[in-house]
Amino acid sequence: MYDIVIIGAGITGAMLSWKLSQYALRVAVLEKENDIAEGATMANSAVVHTGYDPEDGTLKAELNVKGAQQYETICQKLHCSYHTVGAYIAACGPEEEKSLDVLAARAVARGVPYDDLSGDEARKREPNLSDQVTRVLDFYTTAVIYPWEVAEACLESACGNGTELHLNAPCRSITPIDGGYLVKTPKGDFRTRYVINAAGVHAEEIHNMVAKAAWHVTPRKGEYYVLDQDAQPIRHIIFPVPSKEKGKGVLAIPTVYGNTLIGPNSDFLDDPDDNGTTDAGLAYVRSNISKTLNNIPLNRSIRTFAGIRPTTTCPDFIIEEVEGAPHFIDAVSIESPGLASSPAIADKVIEILLQSMQPERNPDANMTRKAPVVLKNLSAEERNALIRENPAYGRIICRCEQISEGEIIDCIRKPCGAHTVKGVKKRVRPGMGRCQGGFCEPKVVHILARELGISPLEVVYDSEKSYILERENRV
Amino acid sequence: MKKVQAIIIGGGSAGLAAAVSLKKNGIEDIIVIEKDSEPGGILEQCIHNGFGLQTFKEQLSGPAYAERFIRMAEEANVRILLNTMVTKLSADRIVEYVNPEEGCVQVQAEAVILAVGCYERPRGGITITGTRPSGIYTAGQAQRYLNIDGYMVGKKVFILGSGDIGLIMARRMTLEGAKVCGVAEIMPYSNGLPRNMKQCLEDFDIPLYLSHTVTEVFGKDRLEKIEVMEVDENRNPIPGTEQYFDVDTLLLSVGLIPENHLADQAGIRMDPATKGPVVDDRYMTSVEGIFACGNGLHVHDLVDYVSLQAAKTAEGAAAYLKNGKPQGELRSIRNGNQVSYCVPAAFYPNDPPEKLTVYFRVRTPMDNAELVIRSGDTVIRKLKKQKLLPSVMEEALLLQKDLSGLTDDITIEITEGGK
Repeated sequence: MYDIVIIGAGITGAMLSWKLSQYALRVAVLEKENDIAEGATMANSAVVHTGYDPEDGTLKAELNVKGAQQYETICQKLHCSYHTVGAYIAACGPEEEKSLDVLAARAVARGVPYDDLSGDEARKREPNLSDQVTRVLDFYTTAVIYPWEVAEACLESACGNGTELHLNAPCRSITPIDGGYLVKTPKGDFRTRYVINAAGVHAEEIHNMVAKAAWHVTPRKGEYYVLDQDAQPIRHIIFPVPSKEKGKGVLAIPTVYGNTLIGPNSDFLDDPDDNGTTDAGLAYVRSNISKTLNNIPLNRSIRTFAGIRPTTTCPDFIIEEVEGAPHFIDAVSIESPGLASSPAIADKVIEILLQSMQPERNPDANMTRKAPVVLKNLSAEERNALIRENPAYGRIICRCEQISEGEIIDCIRKPCGAHTVKGVKKRVRPGMGRCQGGFCEPKVVHILARELGISPLEVVYDSEKSYILERENRV
Repeated sequence: MKKVQAIIIGGGSAGLAAAVSLKKNGIEDIIVIEKDSEPGGILEQCIHNGFGLQTFKEQLSGPAYAERFIRMAEEANVRILLNTMVTKLSADRIVEYVNPEEGCVQVQAEAVILAVGCYERPRGGITITGTRPSGIYTAGQAQRYLNIDGYMVGKKVFILGSGDIGLIMARRMTLEGAKVCGVAEIMPYSNGLPRNMKQCLEDFDIPLYLSHTVTEVFGKDRLEKIEVMEVDENRNPIPGTEQYFDVDTLLLSVGLIPENHLADQAGIRMDPATKGPVVDDRYMTSVEGIFACGNGLHVHDLVDYVSLQAAKTAEGAAAYLKNGKPQGELRSIRNGNQVSYCVPAAFYPNDPPEKLTVYFRVRTPMDNAELVIRSGDTVIRKLKKQKLLPSVMEEALLLQKDLSGLTDDITIEITEGGK
C-alpha cells in the first residue's frame, strides 16, 4: 500500500513530491502524459510573481508571497536557473495609475519591495517602454525561472529519494477501500492511504471520482510568441495594469535563456486539451503589446505556442481535504500565480496531511540533485577538463544553442530523464534555437534510440503516438 | 595562442571551394573547420542529379559534386578539422572551436572566411496556427532522414512553399511510395527553379496551388489534417476558400536564411535583405580580415555558383593577406527599381578588381525587361532581359574601367518590362 498517490506531475505535484520525499513515505506520482510538466507547467509566463497582485484575504495572496520567498533557495539547492530581472507594472494615464496605488498598498502590507517610477524614469531604464506609459511600479525582486526545469529537478530529487513516477498513467477510477483508496490506471492499480489531486485542467474529473465538485474547471488558453535570442527588446518583465477580466494582460518577458516571450491572451475554452494557437489569439497579443512597448520585433519570432490555465469557477486556489472523502486532498484551481506559489502550496498540503499522519523523516533523503553539466556556462578550462574525461562533451549537436552530445546523454540517463525528442528539448534545449531543430533533431533521434536501446522508428516526439519516422527505407 | 594565416568556417560547398582557391593563390597555412563527421555539408544529402553543369560541364549528384571538391582539397593538402564546432568569433579574428579530441581551442587567424551556410525557416518563422503534433518537418530535415539516415517520415504528404528543396522532396517521396497531395505557394508565382517545377511536380502530376498557404494544422499526437486557403494580393487568407487535406506529414520549404550568429558576434554589419553580411568587392565584411561566401552570404540558386563565388572570396582574402586592405573609400552598389538585393554591395573606385560580378535578385517575375546599371545619372550599361524570376539569381558584370574613379554609388535597376 502506498502512503500517498499524487495525481499530476506538473509543478504542483512535482514540488509536493519533492517536499514529501524528506519523509519516510511510499509515494507514487501518476502522470497521464508521456513526460512530466506537460500541462500548464509546460506553457506559461515563467515568472515568479512576488505576491502584490492577488486580492486581500485570499489563499493566492498568502501562498504567493510565501512561495516566492522560498524560490531562490530552492533553485540554488536544485541547481535551477533563477534570474532576478524585475517586473515593471506600467500604467498609462490617471485611471490606470489608480490601480497602481491599489497594488502598491498590497505590496506594502505584504512586505513586497518595489520602486515607484515616473514614466520618464522608467523609460530611461527600459527604452522601448511606450510614450503612453505615465507611471511604473518596479517590483525589482521578481524573477524568471525555467518552469520545466524546476518541476524536473524536484521529481529528479524525489525519485532519488524513492518516489515512484508513473507516466502514461491516466487515472481511470478512484474507489474507497479499507484504509484509503484504490486508484486504477492502465499502468496498474495503486492502493493508497491518501490521494492528492494535482491534476490541473483535469482536476474536476478526478475530484468527481470521489465526490461531486462544487466548482467547475473553466480552462483559459494563453498564446505566446517566442523571439530569437538575438532580439532582446527588454530587460525587465513588462506588465500592463492587471484587470479582473483579462488577468495580468499581455506581457513581455525576458526568459532565462535570452528569448523574449510576448503574451498571453486569455480565452475560455471548451476542450481542456485544446492547446492549439489561433489567428485571433495571436492577433490579440500583437495588438495589445504595443500599448506598453514600442519596437517589439515580432518578425523575429521563432515559435508560437499556447498554454492552458486550469482556472475554475472558484476565484481562489482550492487546497483542502474534500468533504465526504477523507484523505482525498484537492490542490486545484491553481492558475496564476500557481508557479510562484507552488512551494507554499506543497507546504499547505503537507500541513493538511500532518493533521492525520505522523511520518518519520527519511534519514537518507537528499534534498538536492547532481548539478547538471551546462557547457555554455563553463570556462574553457572547465570544459576541457570535462571533455578529456568524456569526449561526448566536445561533440556539439545543437548549433544554435551549442548543446553537446554529453549533455543530451546526461539528460536521458538521469532519474526522471528524457525519453522523447521534446523531453530532451525541454531539459537541455536542442531545438529551442532559431532553426527549431532543423539540423539537430535527426541527431537527437539517433542518440535517443542508442541510449534507450530502441529503433529510431520507436523514438517519439512527445506522446506515445507521436512517431517521427514512418518506416525504414534502405536500399 | 595558436596563429594561422586563414581559417575557413564551414566545410561544405563554399568552404571547400574557398580552401582550394586559397591554396591556389599561395596561402598555405589554412584550416577548414567542419561541424559534421564528413566534409561536403548539405550536398551529402542532395542525392538527386543536376549539380556541376557550370563547374564540371556534367550532371552530378550532390555527393559526387562534393567528392570532386573533397579530392581537390586533399590534393591541395587542405587541413580539415571534422566534428568541430566554432563556438565564438571575435572582431580580432580569434576563433574558438570545440571538438572531442582537442577540447576547446582558440586560434587567431589573419583572415577568416565565413562559409557557414544557411538554415531553413521553421514553422515559428511563418506562424502556422494550430496544435503541435509530430509530422511537421522542414524539407531539408525530411531529406536528411531519407537520404542519410534511411527513413521515410510519412505516407501522405503536403508541402508548403515551392522552394527547390520542397520540390525535390515532392519527387523523392513520391518515388519512394508516399502520396504527395500538393504544394502550396503563398506567392502568385513559383519560388523554385523552372526545371524543378517541371521535373518534380508536372512530371508526377503533383498539383501546385499558387496564392495558397497552409493556415492551420490539426492532430494531437501526429499530424492528421491541414487547412489550406487561398490568399489575396496582400497574402491574407480569403475566407470561404478553406480546403482540408488529410495528411500525416507537412514539409516546409518556406525559405532559407543565412546563418549569421557568428557574424553577429563579431559585430559584422548585416544586410536586412540578404540576412547575410554586407561585403565589398573583395567579399570582405565590415570587420577587417573577415570575409564571407556561399549561402551564408546570400542564398544562391545553384551550388555551382556557390563554388564560383566562394573561390572569388578566397581570392579576395588571399589578396588581403598579401597586400592588405584596398586603398581609398568605398562606394555602395544600391538596389534600384525591382531589385531586392545586390551582392557585393560596395566597391573601391580607386582600386577596383578586373571584373566584378554583382549577384542580384528581382522582386517579381518580369518579361522583356531592361537591366540598367548606372552611376549617378550616367548609364554604365543597359541589357535586355527576356525573363526575370525571383527564384533565379541574376548577374551583372562590371569591368575595371566601369568602376575606376567613380565618385557616385552604383545603382542596379530594372526598367520597362512587365508581367
